[in-house]
Amino acid sequence: MKNEKITIGIAGILIGIIAVGLVFFGNPANMGFCIACFIRDTAGGLGLHRAAPVQYIRPEIIGLVLGAFLMAVGRKEFSVKGGSSPVTRFVLGFFVMIGCLMFLGCPFRMILRMAGGDLNAYIGLVGFAAGILVGIFFLNNGYTLKRTYKQSTSEGLMFPVIQVVLLVLLVAAPAFIFFSEEGPGSKHAAVIISLAAGLIVGAAAQLTRLCMVGGIRDMILFKESKLLIGFVAIFAAALIGNLALGSFNLAMAGQPIAHTDGLWNFLGMLLVGYGCALLGGCPLRQLVLSGEGNVDSAVTVLGLAAGAAFCHNFGLASSAEGPTANGKIAVIIGIVVVTVIAAANTFRKEK
Amino acid sequence: MIDARGRSCPEPVIMAKKALASKEASYEMMVDNRVSLENVTRFANHAGYEVKVTEQGDDFLLNITKK
Repeated sequence: MKNEKITIGIAGILIGIIAVGLVFFGNPANMGFCIACFIRDTAGGLGLHRAAPVQYIRPEIIGLVLGAFLMAVGRKEFSVKGGSSPVTRFVLGFFVMIGCLMFLGCPFRMILRMAGGDLNAYIGLVGFAAGILVGIFFLNNGYTLKRTYKQSTSEGLMFPVIQVVLLVLLVAAPAFIFFSEEGPGSKHAAVIISLAAGLIVGAAAQLTRLCMVGGIRDMILFKESKLLIGFVAIFAAALIGNLALGSFNLAMAGQPIAHTDGLWNFLGMLLVGYGCALLGGCPLRQLVLSGEGNVDSAVTVLGLAAGAAFCHNFGLASSAEGPTANGKIAVIIGIVVVTVIAAANTFRKEK
Repeated sequence: MIDARGRSCPEPVIMAKKALASKEASYEMMVDNRVSLENVTRFANHAGYEVKVTEQGDDFLLNITKK
């Protein structure tokens, strides 16, 4: 049991260093990794939304899924399962993305923003923890999306194969694939560096079960600190990395790809924590599970991607100027929808 | 017998937590994946129980007994 904690601590440090390294090699500031932003950029690269600054098929996402896939196969943990309320998971994923793009980051980027000195991210963390607490209330009262069942191997291979197709599209760059010429989507490390980083982090996350939601959840629910150690190690390593590279700036205002509206940073991450607690894992964990053959998680990732496309088509995503009116309405709707889903799956009558 | 097969994280641990609250000397539990196996074992150990694992095809049978 001690070994587990040391392993996840080392993995967290490695992941924190890689995240800062990706920024050094060209990724946007405090965005070595952001599962939400990168799925959004990938949706844009495919033309599913037309927000010109955020269109790029991110190799990190491809690498994360394939890294987890290879590690799972190597450890004989590749196991194809699904059928646990997939459409509900799609909808939860959809609204988690709306929360992420209100805040401008997934839980992973929230940690990286905290490690860059972005004080808005600390407000986000409070919202995130509050959302997890609400989710725990339902979990303790019997919330379940029902059980999974064994599925065919080809079903489980589908999502990893899609990642290979995305990689081919990125490298071949046919005319119908979009590449941002300015804005966050234009800032990226070389494909091979991003892909390698994704592969390593995906493999490490598969090995250690790293999960940002799980860290806070398990601590509250079971007083179990293992996953939280991973969370803290990423923060510590990224903080030291940022200090070493001179990219640490402790302030509210003027933070890269962030806004200072505290209420909506709080509510955006509340929606993320809440939705992810009901999904059983943060967006990073969903990607890793999708590589392990969990097709419900693959559906969740598709929900995240659909949510991202809608965010930009409907003007829901925040920008450095702050949240949009539409985005605020969408977050409120999201909190209501997630609550209805939580209640319906907690207090259902068993026949 | 607590059947947590097919349940995804963290449900098996919550099921174990609720069951173990009755403080009986032993329990039997079934899970169908390694993550649940690890998580339940960790939780049971913390709660003062020993866990013996028997693989049954794709499933794991956990014999959880008071230390």
